[in-house]
Amino acid sequence: ISFCLNEAKTEGKSELIPSIKFRHSCLLRNQRCIAAYLYDRLLRIRALRWEYGSVLPTAIRFHMCAEEMEWFNQYKKSLATYMRSLGGEEGLDITQDMKPPKSLYIQVRCLKDHGEFEIDDGTVILLKKNSQHFLPRWKCEQLIRQGVLEHVIS
Amino acid sequence: MWWHRCSFVPLRPVYAEFELSLTAMGAKPSGRDVQGQSVCQRRPGSQGTKMEMPLWLAKGLYERKRRVLSVELPKVYREGWRTVFGADPIVVDLHKMGPYYYGLGSQMLHFDSPENPEIANTILQTFIGRFRRTMDSSQNAYNEDTSALVERLDCLERSLFKAGQSGLNSFQLWEKGRSSHLTASSLVINYRKRKMTDLQA
Repeated sequence: ISFCLNEAKTEGKSELIPSIKFRHSCLLRNQRCIAAYLYDRLLRIRALRWEYGSVLPTAIRFHMCAEEMEWFNQYKKSLATYMRSLGGEEGLDITQDMKPPKSLYIQVRCLKDHGEFEIDDGTVILLKKNSQHFLPRWKCEQLIRQGVLEHVIS
Repeated sequence: MWWHRCSFVPLRPVYAEFELSLTAMGAKPSGRDVQGQSVCQRRPGSQGTKMEMPLWLAKGLYERKRRVLSVELPKVYREGWRTVFGADPIVVDLHKMGPYYYGLGSQMLHFDSPENPEIANTILQTFIGRFRRTMDSSQNAYNEDTSALVERLDCLERSLFKAGQSGLNSFQLWEKGRSSHLTASSLVINYRKRKMTDLQA
Protein backbone atom coordinates (compact mmCIF):
# COMPACT_ATOMS: atom_id res chain seq x y z
CA ILE A 1 0.00 0.00 0.00
CA SER A 2 2.83 2.42 0.70
CA PHE A 3 3.97 1.84 -2.86
CA CYS A 4 0.56 2.89 -4.22
CA LEU A 5 0.43 5.92 -1.94
CA ASN A 6 3.88 7.06 -2.98
CA GLU A 7 3.03 6.64 -6.61
CA ALA A 8 -0.14 8.66 -6.17
CA LYS A 9 1.78 11.43 -4.44
CA THR A 10 4.58 11.61 -7.01
CA GLU A 11 2.25 11.57 -9.98
CA GLY A 12 0.24 14.44 -8.53
CA LYS A 13 -2.92 12.36 -8.24
CA SER A 14 -3.23 12.89 -4.52
CA GLU A 15 -7.02 12.96 -4.64
CA LEU A 16 -6.83 9.22 -5.24
CA ILE A 17 -5.26 8.67 -1.84
CA PRO A 18 -8.59 8.43 0.07
CA SER A 19 -9.77 5.83 -2.47
CA ILE A 20 -6.62 3.80 -2.00
CA LYS A 21 -6.97 3.98 1.76
CA PHE A 22 -10.66 3.13 1.54
CA ARG A 23 -10.04 0.00 -0.47
CA HIS A 24 -7.13 -0.97 1.74
CA SER A 25 -9.27 -0.55 4.89
CA CYS A 26 -11.94 -2.77 3.37
CA LEU A 27 -9.40 -5.44 2.47
CA LEU A 28 -7.87 -5.33 5.93
CA ARG A 29 -11.28 -5.61 7.54
CA ASN A 30 -12.21 -8.63 5.47
CA GLN A 31 -8.88 -10.16 6.39
CA ARG A 32 -9.49 -9.49 10.09
CA CYS A 33 -12.95 -11.03 9.95
CA ILE A 34 -11.70 -14.14 8.20
CA ALA A 35 -8.74 -14.47 10.54
CA ALA A 36 -10.97 -14.05 13.59
CA TYR A 37 -13.33 -16.75 12.33
CA LEU A 38 -10.53 -19.20 11.54
CA TYR A 39 -8.80 -18.52 14.84
CA ASP A 40 -12.01 -19.14 16.74
CA ARG A 41 -12.40 -22.46 14.92
CA LEU A 42 -8.83 -23.38 15.83
CA LEU A 43 -9.45 -22.67 19.50
CA ARG A 44 -12.50 -24.94 19.42
CA ILE A 45 -10.54 -27.70 17.67
CA ARG A 46 -7.86 -27.44 20.32
CA ALA A 47 -10.53 -27.71 23.02
CA LEU A 48 -11.76 -30.89 21.34
CA ARG A 49 -8.46 -32.61 22.06
CA TRP A 50 -8.84 -31.88 25.75
CA GLU A 51 -12.54 -32.47 26.13
CA TYR A 52 -13.10 -35.33 23.73
CA GLY A 53 -9.86 -37.23 23.22
CA SER A 54 -7.39 -37.88 20.46
CA VAL A 55 -9.80 -39.59 18.09
CA LEU A 56 -12.53 -37.33 16.81
CA PRO A 57 -15.92 -38.67 15.66
CA THR A 58 -16.45 -38.70 11.90
CA ALA A 59 -19.26 -36.18 12.14
CA ILE A 60 -16.89 -33.56 13.51
CA ARG A 61 -14.06 -34.54 11.19
CA PHE A 62 -16.46 -33.95 8.32
CA HIS A 63 -16.77 -30.30 9.29
CA MET A 64 -13.04 -29.67 9.43
CA CYS A 65 -10.97 -28.71 6.43
CA ALA A 66 -7.74 -30.53 5.55
CA GLU A 67 -5.53 -27.82 7.07
CA GLU A 68 -7.46 -27.93 10.33
CA MET A 69 -7.10 -31.70 10.44
CA GLU A 70 -3.38 -31.29 9.86
CA TRP A 71 -3.22 -28.70 12.66
CA PHE A 72 -5.07 -31.04 14.98
CA ASN A 73 -2.65 -33.87 14.28
CA GLN A 74 0.33 -31.64 14.90
CA TYR A 75 -1.19 -30.38 18.11
CA LYS A 76 -1.85 -33.95 19.25
CA LYS A 77 1.78 -34.81 18.53
CA SER A 78 3.13 -31.81 20.43
CA LEU A 79 0.91 -32.61 23.39
CA ALA A 80 1.96 -36.27 23.37
CA THR A 81 5.65 -35.34 23.20
CA TYR A 82 5.20 -32.97 26.10
CA MET A 83 3.32 -35.53 28.17
CA ARG A 84 6.04 -38.10 27.55
CA SER A 85 8.65 -35.71 28.85
CA LEU A 86 6.96 -35.37 32.23
CA GLY A 87 6.91 -37.79 35.15
CA GLY A 88 9.94 -40.00 34.61
CA GLU A 89 9.97 -42.91 32.17
CA GLU A 90 6.32 -43.45 31.40
CA GLY A 91 5.30 -39.87 31.04
CA LEU A 92 2.19 -38.37 32.55
CA ASP A 93 -1.22 -38.16 30.94
CA ILE A 94 -2.33 -34.69 31.89
CA THR A 95 -5.62 -35.01 30.05
CA GLN A 96 -6.70 -37.41 32.78
CA ASP A 97 -7.91 -36.51 36.25
CA MET A 98 -9.00 -33.06 35.18
CA LYS A 99 -11.17 -32.99 38.26
CA PRO A 100 -9.71 -34.07 41.61
CA PRO A 101 -10.33 -37.80 42.08
CA LYS A 102 -11.98 -38.90 45.30
CA SER A 103 -12.00 -42.68 44.85
CA LEU A 104 -10.48 -45.38 42.68
CA TYR A 105 -13.76 -46.86 41.55
CA ILE A 106 -16.90 -45.03 40.53
CA GLN A 107 -20.49 -45.89 39.79
CA VAL A 108 -21.47 -45.22 36.18
CA ARG A 109 -24.62 -45.57 34.12
CA CYS A 110 -24.61 -46.21 30.42
CA LEU A 111 -26.37 -43.60 28.30
CA LYS A 112 -26.23 -45.47 25.04
CA ASP A 113 -25.17 -48.84 23.67
CA HIS A 114 -21.43 -48.92 23.34
CA GLY A 115 -20.72 -52.62 22.99
CA GLU A 116 -18.07 -54.50 24.91
CA PHE A 117 -15.57 -52.87 27.19
CA GLU A 118 -12.51 -54.58 28.61
CA ILE A 119 -10.96 -53.54 31.91
CA ASP A 120 -7.42 -54.16 33.13
CA ASP A 121 -7.93 -57.49 34.81
CA GLY A 122 -9.41 -58.97 31.64
CA THR A 123 -13.10 -58.85 32.50
CA VAL A 124 -15.30 -57.80 29.65
CA ILE A 125 -18.31 -55.64 30.42
CA LEU A 126 -21.23 -55.15 28.08
CA LEU A 127 -22.20 -51.50 27.96
CA LYS A 128 -25.90 -51.53 27.27
CA LYS A 129 -28.13 -48.51 27.60
CA ASN A 130 -29.24 -47.83 31.19
CA SER A 131 -27.03 -50.53 32.72
CA GLN A 132 -25.07 -49.54 35.80
CA HIS A 133 -21.53 -50.61 36.59
CA PHE A 134 -18.87 -50.11 39.22
CA LEU A 135 -15.70 -49.44 37.28
CA PRO A 136 -12.20 -48.02 37.76
CA ARG A 137 -12.23 -44.28 37.42
CA TRP A 138 -9.35 -43.97 34.98
CA LYS A 139 -10.96 -46.31 32.48
CA CYS A 140 -14.25 -44.45 32.48
CA GLU A 141 -13.05 -40.88 32.38
CA GLN A 142 -12.88 -40.56 28.64
CA LEU A 143 -16.19 -42.33 28.05
CA ILE A 144 -17.89 -40.01 30.50
CA ARG A 145 -16.45 -36.97 28.74
CA GLN A 146 -17.69 -38.31 25.45
CA GLY A 147 -21.18 -38.69 26.84
CA VAL A 148 -21.32 -42.48 26.64
CA LEU A 149 -21.37 -43.03 30.39
CA GLU A 150 -22.78 -40.96 33.19
CA HIS A 151 -21.12 -40.59 36.56
CA VAL A 152 -23.67 -41.47 39.23
CA ILE A 153 -23.35 -40.03 42.71
CA SER A 154 -25.68 -41.43 45.30
CA MET B 1 2.16 -10.11 15.60
CA TRP B 2 -1.56 -9.90 15.09
CA TRP B 3 -1.99 -13.23 16.92
CA HIS B 4 -0.39 -11.78 20.04
CA ARG B 5 -2.86 -8.95 20.01
CA CYS B 6 -5.59 -11.56 19.79
CA SER B 7 -4.78 -13.06 23.13
CA PHE B 8 -4.84 -9.78 25.01
CA VAL B 9 -7.81 -8.14 23.36
CA PRO B 10 -9.90 -11.10 22.31
CA LEU B 11 -11.22 -10.16 18.91
CA ARG B 12 -13.33 -7.30 20.23
CA PRO B 13 -12.31 -4.79 17.54
CA VAL B 14 -13.64 -7.18 14.93
CA TYR B 15 -16.90 -8.06 16.64
CA ALA B 16 -17.91 -4.58 17.61
CA GLU B 17 -18.99 -2.57 14.63
CA PHE B 18 -19.97 0.98 15.32
CA GLU B 19 -21.74 3.60 13.31
CA LEU B 20 -20.44 7.14 13.75
CA SER B 21 -21.44 10.44 12.29
CA LEU B 22 -18.62 11.95 10.34
CA THR B 23 -18.05 15.15 8.51
CA ALA B 24 -16.32 14.25 5.28
CA MET B 25 -14.16 17.06 4.01
CA GLY B 26 -12.68 17.18 0.58
CA ALA B 27 -12.80 13.47 0.04
CA LYS B 28 -13.71 11.95 -3.30
CA PRO B 29 -14.30 8.31 -2.55
CA SER B 30 -15.12 6.02 -5.42
CA GLY B 31 -18.41 4.35 -4.69
CA ARG B 32 -17.66 1.01 -3.19
CA ASP B 33 -19.88 -1.00 -0.93
CA VAL B 34 -18.41 -0.97 2.58
CA GLN B 35 -18.00 -4.72 2.55
CA GLY B 36 -15.29 -4.21 -0.05
CA GLN B 37 -17.21 -5.55 -3.00
CA SER B 38 -16.35 -3.31 -5.88
CA VAL B 39 -19.19 -1.31 -7.31
CA CYS B 40 -17.12 0.86 -9.57
CA GLN B 41 -18.96 4.13 -9.87
CA ARG B 42 -17.55 7.55 -9.26
CA ARG B 43 -19.63 9.24 -6.63
CA PRO B 44 -18.44 12.67 -5.61
CA GLY B 45 -18.37 13.17 -1.86
CA SER B 46 -18.57 16.90 -1.62
CA GLN B 47 -17.07 18.93 1.13
CA GLY B 48 -18.96 19.08 4.36
CA THR B 49 -21.19 16.06 3.85
CA LYS B 50 -22.13 14.16 6.93
CA MET B 51 -22.31 10.43 6.72
CA GLU B 52 -22.26 7.39 8.88
CA MET B 53 -19.31 5.09 8.61
CA PRO B 54 -18.10 2.02 10.45
CA LEU B 55 -15.32 2.63 12.94
CA TRP B 56 -12.73 0.55 11.13
CA LEU B 57 -13.26 2.57 7.97
CA ALA B 58 -12.99 5.87 9.78
CA LYS B 59 -9.76 4.74 11.41
CA GLY B 60 -8.37 3.68 8.07
CA LEU B 61 -9.22 6.96 6.34
CA TYR B 62 -8.34 9.33 9.15
CA GLU B 63 -5.20 11.40 8.82
CA ARG B 64 -3.68 13.70 11.36
CA LYS B 65 -3.33 16.52 8.86
CA ARG B 66 -7.13 16.32 8.77
CA ARG B 67 -7.40 16.56 5.06
CA VAL B 68 -9.96 13.82 4.66
CA LEU B 69 -12.42 13.62 7.49
CA SER B 70 -13.19 14.66 10.99
CA VAL B 71 -15.08 12.59 13.45
CA GLU B 72 -17.95 13.81 15.55
CA LEU B 73 -17.79 12.53 19.10
CA PRO B 74 -20.86 10.55 20.18
CA LYS B 75 -22.76 12.41 22.88
CA VAL B 76 -21.87 9.95 25.66
CA TYR B 77 -18.29 11.19 25.58
CA ARG B 78 -19.07 14.89 25.45
CA GLU B 79 -19.01 17.55 28.13
CA GLY B 80 -22.61 17.10 29.28
CA TRP B 81 -22.43 13.41 29.84
CA ARG B 82 -18.95 13.64 31.29
CA THR B 83 -20.27 15.70 34.18
CA VAL B 84 -23.01 13.10 34.75
CA PHE B 85 -20.37 10.39 34.97
CA GLY B 86 -18.32 12.56 37.28
CA ALA B 87 -21.26 13.01 39.62
CA ASP B 88 -22.40 9.40 39.94
CA PRO B 89 -21.23 6.75 37.49
CA ILE B 90 -23.18 3.89 39.04
CA VAL B 91 -26.58 5.27 38.18
CA VAL B 92 -26.08 5.44 34.42
CA ASP B 93 -27.59 2.78 32.18
CA LEU B 94 -24.44 2.04 30.21
CA HIS B 95 -26.11 -0.59 28.09
CA LYS B 96 -28.53 1.93 26.67
CA MET B 97 -25.85 4.55 26.11
CA GLY B 98 -24.11 2.28 23.62
CA PRO B 99 -23.35 -1.25 24.75
CA TYR B 100 -19.64 -0.80 24.09
CA TYR B 101 -18.97 2.34 26.12
CA TYR B 102 -15.43 1.46 27.15
CA GLY B 103 -14.39 -0.14 23.88
CA LEU B 104 -15.72 2.61 21.67
CA GLY B 105 -14.37 5.28 24.01
CA SER B 106 -10.87 3.85 23.77
CA GLN B 107 -11.14 3.79 19.99
CA MET B 108 -12.42 7.38 19.83
CA LEU B 109 -9.16 8.56 21.37
CA HIS B 110 -7.57 7.65 18.05
CA PHE B 111 -9.16 10.66 16.40
CA ASP B 112 -7.13 13.36 18.15
CA SER B 113 -9.98 15.32 19.65
CA PRO B 114 -8.78 18.21 21.84
CA GLU B 115 -10.84 16.75 24.67
CA ASN B 116 -8.96 13.45 24.64
CA PRO B 117 -7.40 13.72 28.12
CA GLU B 118 -10.80 14.47 29.67
CA ILE B 119 -12.48 11.67 27.74
CA ALA B 120 -9.81 9.18 28.75
CA ASN B 121 -10.01 10.23 32.37
CA THR B 122 -13.80 10.06 32.44
CA ILE B 123 -13.83 6.56 30.97
CA LEU B 124 -11.28 5.41 33.53
CA GLN B 125 -13.04 6.99 36.49
CA THR B 126 -16.39 5.60 35.36
CA PHE B 127 -14.96 2.11 35.25
CA ILE B 128 -13.40 2.51 38.68
CA GLY B 129 -16.64 3.84 40.10
CA ARG B 130 -18.77 1.02 38.74
CA PHE B 131 -16.43 -1.89 39.18
CA ARG B 132 -17.11 -2.45 42.85
CA ARG B 133 -20.83 -2.76 42.30
CA THR B 134 -20.31 -5.23 39.42
CA MET B 135 -17.89 -7.35 41.40
CA ASP B 136 -20.04 -7.49 44.54
CA SER B 137 -23.23 -8.31 42.69
CA SER B 138 -21.58 -11.07 40.65
CA GLN B 139 -20.20 -12.71 43.78
CA ASN B 140 -23.43 -12.67 45.73
CA ALA B 141 -26.08 -13.66 43.24
CA TYR B 142 -26.11 -17.44 43.42
CA ASN B 143 -28.69 -19.44 41.53
CA GLU B 144 -31.03 -16.55 40.91
CA ASP B 145 -32.24 -14.41 38.05
CA THR B 146 -29.53 -11.85 37.38
CA SER B 147 -31.20 -9.95 34.54
CA ALA B 148 -31.96 -6.95 36.76
CA LEU B 149 -28.30 -6.73 37.77
CA VAL B 150 -26.94 -7.12 34.29
CA GLU B 151 -29.27 -4.95 32.24
CA ARG B 152 -27.51 -1.66 32.97
CA LEU B 153 -24.00 -2.95 32.36
CA ASP B 154 -22.02 -2.43 29.21
CA CYS B 155 -20.42 -5.39 27.44
CA LEU B 156 -17.07 -5.24 29.19
CA GLU B 157 -18.79 -5.18 32.57
CA ARG B 158 -21.05 -8.02 31.52
CA SER B 159 -18.08 -10.25 30.70
CA LEU B 160 -16.58 -9.39 34.08
CA PHE B 161 -19.89 -10.25 35.72
CA LYS B 162 -19.96 -13.57 33.89
CA ALA B 163 -16.43 -14.36 35.06
CA GLY B 164 -17.44 -13.57 38.63
CA GLN B 165 -20.51 -15.79 38.41
CA SER B 166 -18.52 -18.66 36.96
CA GLY B 167 -16.03 -18.39 39.83
CA LEU B 168 -18.87 -18.32 42.35
CA ASN B 169 -20.53 -21.38 40.82
CA SER B 170 -17.29 -23.35 40.78
CA PHE B 171 -16.69 -22.52 44.41
CA GLN B 172 -20.18 -23.59 45.41
CA LEU B 173 -19.75 -26.85 43.53
CA TRP B 174 -16.56 -27.45 45.45
CA GLU B 175 -18.25 -26.71 48.75
CA LYS B 176 -20.94 -29.26 47.96
CA GLY B 177 -18.27 -31.84 47.17
CA ARG B 178 -19.30 -32.04 43.54
CA SER B 179 -15.97 -30.91 42.14
CA SER B 180 -14.94 -34.51 41.57
CA HIS B 181 -18.12 -35.28 39.65
CA LEU B 182 -17.13 -36.18 36.13
CA THR B 183 -19.31 -34.71 33.42
CA ALA B 184 -19.67 -34.95 29.68
CA SER B 185 -17.84 -32.20 27.83
CA SER B 186 -19.91 -29.15 26.96
CA LEU B 187 -19.06 -29.64 23.29
CA VAL B 188 -20.67 -33.07 23.30
CA ILE B 189 -23.80 -31.79 25.02
CA ASN B 190 -24.21 -28.88 22.62
CA TYR B 191 -23.57 -31.09 19.64
CA ARG B 192 -26.19 -33.54 20.80
CA LYS B 193 -28.70 -30.75 21.37
CA ARG B 194 -28.06 -29.43 17.88
CA LYS B 195 -28.50 -32.85 16.36
CA MET B 196 -31.85 -33.22 18.12
CA THR B 197 -33.08 -29.92 16.74
CA ASP B 198 -31.84 -30.87 13.27
CA LEU B 199 -33.77 -34.15 13.45
CA GLN B 200 -36.87 -32.36 14.62
CA ALA B 201 -36.67 -29.74 11.91
